[in-house]
Amino acid sequence: MANLVSIQDVDMRYGGAQGTLAVSGLTLDVAKGEFAAVVGPSGCGKSTLMKLVTGLHIPQKGHVIVAEKQVTEPVSIVGMAFQNPTMLPWRTTLENILLPLEIVEKHRKRLRTHKKEYIEKAERLLEIVGLKGFGSKFPWQLSGGMQQRANLCRALIHEPELLMLDEPFGALDAFTREELWCVIRDLHAAQGVTIVLVTHDLREAVFLADKIFVMSSRPGRVLAEHQVPFARPRDINLTYENAFNDMVHKLHAEIANARVAA
Amino acid sequence: MTIFAEPIDPETLARVEESDRRIAERLSSRTTLVDVIDWVKLAPWLYTIALFVIWELLVLGLGMSSTVLPSPLEVFASIIQYWGPIWKNSLQTLYTTTLGFMLAVVAGLLLGLFIGWSKTIYAGLYPLMIGFNAIPKVALVPILVIWFGIGTVPAVLTAFLISFFPIVVNVATGLATIEPETEDVLRALGAKKMDIMLKVGIPRSMPYFFGSLKIAITLAFVGSVVSETVASNYGLGNMMSSAQSQFNVPLVFAGLLMLAVEGIAMYALMAFLERRMTGWAHRSTMGQ
Repeated sequence: MANLVSIQDVDMRYGGAQGTLAVSGLTLDVAKGEFAAVVGPSGCGKSTLMKLVTGLHIPQKGHVIVAEKQVTEPVSIVGMAFQNPTMLPWRTTLENILLPLEIVEKHRKRLRTHKKEYIEKAERLLEIVGLKGFGSKFPWQLSGGMQQRANLCRALIHEPELLMLDEPFGALDAFTREELWCVIRDLHAAQGVTIVLVTHDLREAVFLADKIFVMSSRPGRVLAEHQVPFARPRDINLTYENAFNDMVHKLHAEIANARVAA
Repeated sequence: MTIFAEPIDPETLARVEESDRRIAERLSSRTTLVDVIDWVKLAPWLYTIALFVIWELLVLGLGMSSTVLPSPLEVFASIIQYWGPIWKNSLQTLYTTTLGFMLAVVAGLLLGLFIGWSKTIYAGLYPLMIGFNAIPKVALVPILVIWFGIGTVPAVLTAFLISFFPIVVNVATGLATIEPETEDVLRALGAKKMDIMLKVGIPRSMPYFFGSLKIAITLAFVGSVVSETVASNYGLGNMMSSAQSQFNVPLVFAGLLMLAVEGIAMYALMAFLERRMTGWAHRSTMGQ
């Protein structure tokens, strides 16, 4: 399988030559269609990784290659979702979800003439994440979990090849979080999209990902790479099995070591 | 229960029930009267009337001469007596204020968007703006008179100069405080600066803009009246200063009252526009 994302020996320093080195010698590959998770102690440059892959930052050293092209400017084949849903309060949920289409070059010209087709698509996405009929509500009329569901729809509306998730469920309660894990799992299975999930939650990483990267503390680099052996489709009850918990424990120990080493 | 040790005779019981019914009736009729009146809506009018009543009583009680503090009745009488000139001058002041204010809205919006566009422009122009705003506008009126002569033009310009600063600052603030995550999501999709401004920056700064209009309109009245007082033959400012030179104090107060009325009316209009245009920003009171 070809790699959709390939990061090779990347250094990224903020604020000029004397600034903080956020990541150093970072190398990782994510294959097309794969679900990768990145875990690590806080301040390990996970958010920097997000910005490198999406082209918001260009590294000083090394190569970032996405879809077989070196990243030199923002790549529009990416959808992003953050912990903060950042819905625009003056737009309805549906209008918020359609926002990326007004930006992405490929769609913005077609949007006016094919409006109906796009609205149908947005409503299908809303149905998948369990928000059917909420499109006309304003985001501030929705709960936190519902806003995060809508946020996922917005990240997916322009059919990105790559979905970058930066702790998308960090602010949600445990039940809502597990529900949304299943939503993401099903989206990944149905749409064949490549997903990179940056998270603090090890159970989340093990439950969702095919491959887990453990990062060191600053300057961040990949300490270990693990294949997750559990067969898909995975049921939420998997999270109570011994093999699952053993893997979570192993990751936990690695991150604890990484923190001590710092 | 041992309260009624003996059985109650039917006559007493009937009497008690009757009086209970009457009390209940009186209570219910009293509550309906209170319920019918919306005290919150009525409060502004009641408080205004109360102010005039206290004022009237104070003048009567202290036996003040009308050249020091005229009573409200004298002021109202004066409004009726001089209605012709008061009306004409009120319109003139409203005209110069509104014109200056509208110029300030256009210029303030454009300059605010310009300043909010880039950090460099923001950093460069901000101290200049602060310095300019610190200059008392009354000091500028003589310069405006040298340039444009006395009359309508300096009044319009003074209203403009005094009221555009809050608009600029608010619009620029709205643009400068876009959430970085929102910007990242859009930039990762290939959004240009212009896209982010149009889709996020400008709609986001609208509540700030409409909020600033309420401040700006009241300041615009200050500007036009200051200019009319110093350098004009028209307007409420001029009318009050000539009334003052003739010791016609009730007419001075009549002018003040008209200014207050115009100010309240314009403020209400701006508040209405604000609610109308940016209802989403007042969601706490609109919630389902």
